[in-house]
Amino acid sequence: MIDPKIPVTEDELHAYVDNELPAERRGDVEAWLATHPDCAERVQGWREMADALHARYDRVADEVVPKRLELERLVSRPRQWLYGTAAAVLAAFVGGGGVGWVARGITATPSAIQSLTSDALDAHRLYVVEVRHPVEVPGSERDHLQTWLTKRCGWDVRAPKLDASGLKLVGGRLLPGPTGPASFFMYESASGERYTLYASRSKAGSAQMRYTAAENSGAMYWSEDDVSYVLSGPMDKEKLHRVARQVYDQNEKGG
Amino acid sequence: MIAFRESVEAMIPALRRYARALTRDADIADDLVQDTLVRALRSERLFLGGDVRSWLYTILTNLNKNRRRSLARRPQFMPLLDNNPDASGTEAEGRDIAKAMATLVDDQRAVLLLVMLEGLSYREVADIQGVPIGTVMSRLARARAHVKAVLEGERPALRRVK
Repeated sequence: MIDPKIPVTEDELHAYVDNELPAERRGDVEAWLATHPDCAERVQGWREMADALHARYDRVADEVVPKRLELERLVSRPRQWLYGTAAAVLAAFVGGGGVGWVARGITATPSAIQSLTSDALDAHRLYVVEVRHPVEVPGSERDHLQTWLTKRCGWDVRAPKLDASGLKLVGGRLLPGPTGPASFFMYESASGERYTLYASRSKAGSAQMRYTAAENSGAMYWSEDDVSYVLSGPMDKEKLHRVARQVYDQNEKGG
Repeated sequence: MIAFRESVEAMIPALRRYARALTRDADIADDLVQDTLVRALRSERLFLGGDVRSWLYTILTNLNKNRRRSLARRPQFMPLLDNNPDASGTEAEGRDIAKAMATLVDDQRAVLLLVMLEGLSYREVADIQGVPIGTVMSRLARARAHVKAVLEGERPALRRVK
């Protein structure tokens, strides 16, 4: 029987309902409730409140998670283009490589450069798995490839020489870009690792090099002279950055 | 790191439920969850173990507070809850509880949802809100009393509609 000297407090009633009460006190509270219908009614009311909340909202937890909340997606195309600081972290500038990469030109319209990068990554994934027809024009016809793409794209298209990184030109092709044609080169290492360089005219973007990754591919992207470049390859940021830097340096000298 | 992502991922359904109950708006709720996840992933390296679950609730609760704060500077409008007389009993009840929750002040609503809907302990809620356990308990008691009063005040009106 309950000791009347230790009356059950309001706090204890809440703790009882919320399973926060020490086990040894539960019996006391139950006995108390049996003899105090007003308290029992309140406790019952709180339980019904919880039931109503679950009845109303548990189905939200049972819904299929919307695509935009998939982690893979959030990592690869973050919504936080809106949040400068977050973008700075996720699309992290490669540590130490930033010297000399002074931002210039027009301030990025993030959505434009972001969608261009995503197009480039799509093309990368589509063609790197291609065994027989990865390119339209083979790397052995570098001069012809460059002339052709320059004519079609409208800027001086050069296939950079990346032998210093152990990459051989497989060849290239013409692709549709967001605002016109895009040039696309594929490179391959001795071990068969493939890199692609996508370029398309775009007013958006800055010379600052950024990194993004999606579905086992990584990309470094930047812009110069109204052309945006996306170098896609393995997710290894260091490696990508080394190659991207080579591309950038050669464009500098060429232009 | 993979374990970290997995535990974050496993929490998405519950976070959506909590956010929906907090905001009563599916889009705003998912925006909140999305921002929470982005912040969590961004801080992955800063997370030194501990309870991922509490941590995610903390981020979401704080983001919602910030959102409400910036909303407070703008004129507010409350969506009108239609009193559809054909609605079944449970639906009407669901609307009732949602409506009653909306009349709570932010901190009390968060405590009530974290405890009653998400099943967090008083200790966890105290950590999430950065207050002593006693404060959590008094917020909870006040929230329950308030919601009960609102529900009791609303019921006769609904009966008349039927």
